Amino acid sequence: MNENEGMLSIDGLNCPLPINLSSFITLAHGGGGKLTHQLIEKLFRPAFNNSELETQHDGAVFDIPSERLAFTTDSYVVRPLIFPGGNIGSLAVNGTVNDLAMCGARPLYLTAAFILEEGLPMEILWTIVQSMKTAADHAGVKIITGDTKVVDKGKGDGIFINTSGVGVIEHSLKIHPKSIQPGDVVLISGDIGRHGIAIMAAREGLGFQNQIESDCAAVSNLVQSLFDADIEIHCMRDLTRGGLATALIEMAQTSRVSINITELEIPVREDVKGACEILGLDPLYVANEGRFVVLVKAEDAARTLELLQKDELGNQARIIGTVKEVPQETVILKTKVGTSRMLDMLSGEQLPRIC
Amino acid sequence: MKYVDEYRNSREADLFANAIRQSTTQSWTLMEICGGQTHSIAKYSLQDLLPKEISLLHGPGCPVCVTPISLIDKAVHIAAQPDVIFCSFGDMLRVPGSREDLLTVKSKGGDLRIVYSPMDALKIAQDNPQKEVVFFAIGFETTAPANAMAIYKAKLDDIKNISFLVSQVIVPPAIRTILDSPENRVQGFLAAGHVCTVMGYREYEPISKDYRIPIVVTGFEPLDILQGIYLCVKQLEEGRAEVENQYSRSVLKEGNLSAQKIIQEVFQIVPRQWRGIGEIAQSGLGLREAYARFDAENKFSCEIHSQERSSECISGLILQGIKKPNECQAFGKSCTPEFPLGATMVSTEGACAAYYRYQSVQS
Amino acid sequence: MRTGQVSFGGILKEVNLAYVPEAKVDNYVIVHVGFAISVLNEEEAHRVFDTLNQLNALDNPDGDLP
Repeated sequence: MNENEGMLSIDGLNCPLPINLSSFITLAHGGGGKLTHQLIEKLFRPAFNNSELETQHDGAVFDIPSERLAFTTDSYVVRPLIFPGGNIGSLAVNGTVNDLAMCGARPLYLTAAFILEEGLPMEILWTIVQSMKTAADHAGVKIITGDTKVVDKGKGDGIFINTSGVGVIEHSLKIHPKSIQPGDVVLISGDIGRHGIAIMAAREGLGFQNQIESDCAAVSNLVQSLFDADIEIHCMRDLTRGGLATALIEMAQTSRVSINITELEIPVREDVKGACEILGLDPLYVANEGRFVVLVKAEDAARTLELLQKDELGNQARIIGTVKEVPQETVILKTKVGTSRMLDMLSGEQLPRIC
Repeated sequence: MKYVDEYRNSREADLFANAIRQSTTQSWTLMEICGGQTHSIAKYSLQDLLPKEISLLHGPGCPVCVTPISLIDKAVHIAAQPDVIFCSFGDMLRVPGSREDLLTVKSKGGDLRIVYSPMDALKIAQDNPQKEVVFFAIGFETTAPANAMAIYKAKLDDIKNISFLVSQVIVPPAIRTILDSPENRVQGFLAAGHVCTVMGYREYEPISKDYRIPIVVTGFEPLDILQGIYLCVKQLEEGRAEVENQYSRSVLKEGNLSAQKIIQEVFQIVPRQWRGIGEIAQSGLGLREAYARFDAENKFSCEIHSQERSSECISGLILQGIKKPNECQAFGKSCTPEFPLGATMVSTEGACAAYYRYQSVQS
Repeated sequence: MRTGQVSFGGILKEVNLAYVPEAKVDNYVIVHVGFAISVLNEEEAHRVFDTLNQLNALDNPDGDLP
């Protein structure tokens, strides 16, 4: 059923911008008057079409089929707005859906708040909103309330989006760094580094002749398949800014364990490796938007790997390491030449190196 | 990637490590002279594969680290001018000047662009005729052909709105300075493979002879470095002092002649300040008279009194191989990559930052 | 000035070939800040492994690298 909805929404991508909308965002679109109304009626409501939104109320009223909930919020400010493999809209939906999934929740509802810069082409807003719908349908979530503001030209970067999300927890697992145990096995859901390189290539004008597409995707269905199989998950973390290394270090510090990983087992696509060589970057620290690590009880590791690899999104999944008791609060990488070193958190963004 | 992956291999690294162990009968202190090698040694914890007798020192081979503070201050001053687009390699942005770094200029609204090649700066100049474009032309001999070509092209195409803030340095005079120091501990050098790809290695022969010291031209991958160390140790153990070429897949004895020709055309040998070390005679490249109008220091005159922020920092001693990063009191305490006191903590090719970021589990 | 497409593990980037007039299609080149500075000598590239084979043969007269 979900799949069919996904198909329909892809058709939706092709539906043209309503002709009776102005071609650029103006301050009046945020003024609360006729143009604001028009923007909501012609652009947002048809795209996010659902019964909760139809009530045209100040907020959304809904029933929740669970006592345990997860609630999260995130703001999206990516530049460029549209990049190979996605745009700020798909990112804003997938990012928040993934945060809910990492809490062990089944994502249900999102909010969407837009800060638009005067002069933003309506065509771009349209594309972004359509991608949000596609992404939401794919992840099985509804966007049920929202907000729009317009700022003066020069006071924004085209468009900023904030999404908050609510999900339900339908199992008794405590998914948290504190649940990590020595002996746990660390798995990664796929190859790393694509989103960061895609963005950097598009932003810095690196002159790559071919594109690397962002891995931007919702991992909630993949995570759900692990719950459905009763895998004993101890912790999960999506690999966003700071990459795999940062996510593991954060977990090791909170849980006061040692996470040991093997460089050779970490999947990195050849073209991403090539781009990293050119730029002097370490893929372990490059951002992702559709990858996560999951730490499971050792007995469940093989089954977890099988489940992940069965899904197209997880077909590059690997077991990359194990958890040990000491040295506490460290992540130790076994390098390709067989030596070991500790991974450290980055200070700020990675900058391309000269040699 | 072919010709990269096979040089990062544990089985072969072990074989070299064994060979080094078997050849070593006493303590030896070696220095690698290239920031790329320092980076690899730290990233792959290569020291852990070596016997205790072999000690590696990390030379002044990071172009970002040795760029003098006065020039960083000039860069900061120029980049903050309205109507200037300041172009730089990425890792120069965080290098601390007397008061601020280039990244701070950017956050205050300066138009700062990270470029991958100096030719990108030329294109930016052509695309923005109403702006003054300045490129921070730093580097060793490896980068000199690219910088020289950009300057040569600027003159050829008569591009008027570009200039270059030049801090080109050359390796051999720095090696002599290290060896001349009464505190010198270095007994063998790994010379920089890409520097020698451009310049060849003839100029290292008199150094090796004068100081009776082995010099092995070495690549950057783990296996290259291990082989370079092996060759160097073998020479030391056998009492030889020669120039050897480990990186023969890229380096010819005479180097790259067409690159040398353009370097000659655009640059002349000048004295140059090295951050942490001081002035070294004939250790830099400066623009020839015919290219003087592309000199950013002429175009933007500025009086700046530069001063290092910290007296605690011993990066000069580290760059000369007299001290190791972890022998510095400030290392990892008041000096971290977030708040670097000296340039060697800034770039990951700098010895301090490499030590900080890539901590071996054994040490 | 001669330029060419260089593939870095599949990523294609235009590289300045002014300093490698001898470079031909399918050669491997060493690239630094947008310029090819040498054509990789593939025969020499294997030398590091030849040295290893010799070292290994000295260590284990009966064995060879698999």
